[in-house]
Amino acid sequence: MTHRLMWLLGATLLLVTPVASAEPFVFTAIPDEDETRLQKRFQKVADYLTDELDHDVRFVPVKSYSAAVTAFRNDQVQLAWFGGLSGVQARERVPGSRAIAQGVEDTEFRTYIIANEDTRLETDAGLSDEMRDLSLTFGSKSSTSGRLMPEYYLREHFGEPPEETFSRVGFSGNHSRTISLVASGAYQLGAVNYAVWENEVEAGEIDTDAVRVIWKTPRYPDYQWTIRGDIDDRFGDGFTEQVQQALLTMDDPDLLESFPREGFIKADNDDYAVIKEVGNELGLLDP
Amino acid sequence: MRQSASIRLSLAFVLVAFVCLLFADLQISTSNPWQELGRLALGVVTPDFAAVDYLGKAVIRTLAFAFVGVALGAGGGFMLALCFRHRVIRAGCAIIRAVHELFWALLFLQCFGLHPLTGVLAIAIPYAGIFAKVYAEILDETDPEPAHALPASSGRLSTLLYTRLPLAWSHLVSYTAYRLECGLRSSAVLGFIGMPTLGYYLESSFAQGHYSSVGALLLIFYVLIATLKLWVRPRLLPLYLMAAPFLLGSGLPIAWSNVSRFLTQDVIPAPIRSGEGIAGLGPWLGDLLTDQALPGILNTLLLTQIALVLTGALALLLFPLVSSHFTRRLSGTAGHMVLVILRSTPEYLLAFILLQLWGPSMLPAVVALAIHNGGIIGHLIGQRSNTLRLRPDAPHGVERYAYEVVPRLYGPFLALLFYRWEIIMRETAILGILGVATLGFYIDSAIQEIRIDRALVLILITALLNIGIDSLARHLRARLRLRYRANSRQGC
Repeated sequence: MTHRLMWLLGATLLLVTPVASAEPFVFTAIPDEDETRLQKRFQKVADYLTDELDHDVRFVPVKSYSAAVTAFRNDQVQLAWFGGLSGVQARERVPGSRAIAQGVEDTEFRTYIIANEDTRLETDAGLSDEMRDLSLTFGSKSSTSGRLMPEYYLREHFGEPPEETFSRVGFSGNHSRTISLVASGAYQLGAVNYAVWENEVEAGEIDTDAVRVIWKTPRYPDYQWTIRGDIDDRFGDGFTEQVQQALLTMDDPDLLESFPREGFIKADNDDYAVIKEVGNELGLLDP
Repeated sequence: MRQSASIRLSLAFVLVAFVCLLFADLQISTSNPWQELGRLALGVVTPDFAAVDYLGKAVIRTLAFAFVGVALGAGGGFMLALCFRHRVIRAGCAIIRAVHELFWALLFLQCFGLHPLTGVLAIAIPYAGIFAKVYAEILDETDPEPAHALPASSGRLSTLLYTRLPLAWSHLVSYTAYRLECGLRSSAVLGFIGMPTLGYYLESSFAQGHYSSVGALLLIFYVLIATLKLWVRPRLLPLYLMAAPFLLGSGLPIAWSNVSRFLTQDVIPAPIRSGEGIAGLGPWLGDLLTDQALPGILNTLLLTQIALVLTGALALLLFPLVSSHFTRRLSGTAGHMVLVILRSTPEYLLAFILLQLWGPSMLPAVVALAIHNGGIIGHLIGQRSNTLRLRPDAPHGVERYAYEVVPRLYGPFLALLFYRWEIIMRETAILGILGVATLGFYIDSAIQEIRIDRALVLILITALLNIGIDSLARHLRARLRLRYRANSRQGC
């Protein structure tokens, strides 16, 4: 029996060791909303890129923002659709990597603070002391629009960390969940990505009487495509540029809807300097 | 005398739990939970098997990860059990089993990424620690006489193979089979952080409110666990074990440079990495301890103590459901069903449901832990009660319960509860990921911020806390002379 176990042990280790094959180009995306649709949303993009680049492109879904950053850092994915903060986290850890494209909307992104109707806070009521001692949920812990920027603006307004302003501060995990937690009243307030909100309102999935937008943050840069720095050496000269071109020329509404974005424009690392600054200030990044 | 000592101890625990209640945040804050719950109930009774893509694949992956993980854990654990007398091995096993599978997986994700090895090792390593301990106990409990009868020149291996192993074999097998059920749960739960198992889809569907998919996934999960005995047969086992490694999926390739980076950079405390040296280590560690570890430890302890007492109360209430002294045939079967559902629903999901109902506080976590663990202990105590023989003229109903059955089962009940103590604490970790500010919450935050050095310190603290509780529980069991056989300690 011991021998059989040993044999199995050895065999298993052998079998799980990776087998080398023609290298596919792999990308991922942060799971910022409905995870059940993630594969469907991005498989179309993978197919599009495969055609455009004439190279096998695969999409890999991940469960958390940090898993996306880790996969990028570990070179298990070479390209990623990051949020502002996760992009900065990733580029800090992968020398040479750079932001190559962002959504048209991403230069002027914003967060909506939403409230349950029972709070009696009116639409566009603005930030006020009436929000004190209510409960508030952010999105994912490392979301730019769901945590970093709203926390920054809330701190600025109230002059203290959110934990002191609000009776309870939580992290829902993603934007769709923030909306449903505020709708059910589990949290009274929430900070949500404006694009996800607008999208769900349009799709008729939100009862805008039960949940309302009480404040909109100023604008800031957010999502972007980030690519590793060693791509040309591995996939051929000019591959990075081809990827960038393919993203910039993406105009099929069906594809763009999965982001959801109007289209993509050029981006570079410096566009996200403000995100990095805020990340440092809130202690989410090591200076 | 012993009786009153165990009652005094129970009362002390109840008292501590009440004191904890004063400090715990147990507020109910939702205003309109019924809409969401109604949808959940509707979804669970109208499971939609077509709604879940890749359902078959998820089931196969769940089984494959469980089989390979448990097999490696059992193999490794057996080797370790043979040298369990050494202090270093014992301490090492205590540490590796004190770290929750999820945390192992989060660490391995950093170096192996989304590769099957991450999930397999996350199960195999803590399980090896558990197997080592239980196997060693089982081997120790065998009759030493046959070994004494052998000639003095017999080798250690032959002595083991011809005396203790055959005697212990059936116990080893039954414990290992039991552990496989735990492995299935662990495997499913690893989906919550990205392994391609049932939990992956369960979590996504749940988060998104696709309750018909949730219903389908839960149903499949219950059926897998409930029918385990039917399809896990000794004869089929080699077949499963041979097939499982091929069914793990390929994941993404591992770059070994990541492993060395993990070991030489990621886990090194930030001040040392940035060249501040040992001088910077003090403030770094101090901040980490005061801002995160201490509040985390406090909340972990509060949650654990309240959940423990509630678990005990619930187990005492539930066990008659499966005890032949209180049920007839039909109601007994129904009772079994109830307890199977209670104990095999991952506490993560229970907590998630209750979070919708009551809003964010410790309450959902406490109740989820109590329901899950109460289900397990209730089941075991109920089974134990079936071995009791009552006098033909024994009273019925409440009197039978209070004066005949419970007093006789109270010792084993306490022993099991103390055994679950450490497990309940370990499970508070996974609830931290839902947002209850236990140590698990801060570990998750550190991982989200990709600060592995901090995560590692917090994981070590969690492990030490678990070990502390475990040895306290052992001490209390020894003082009250609560004995239980190694192979009767079931429950993941």
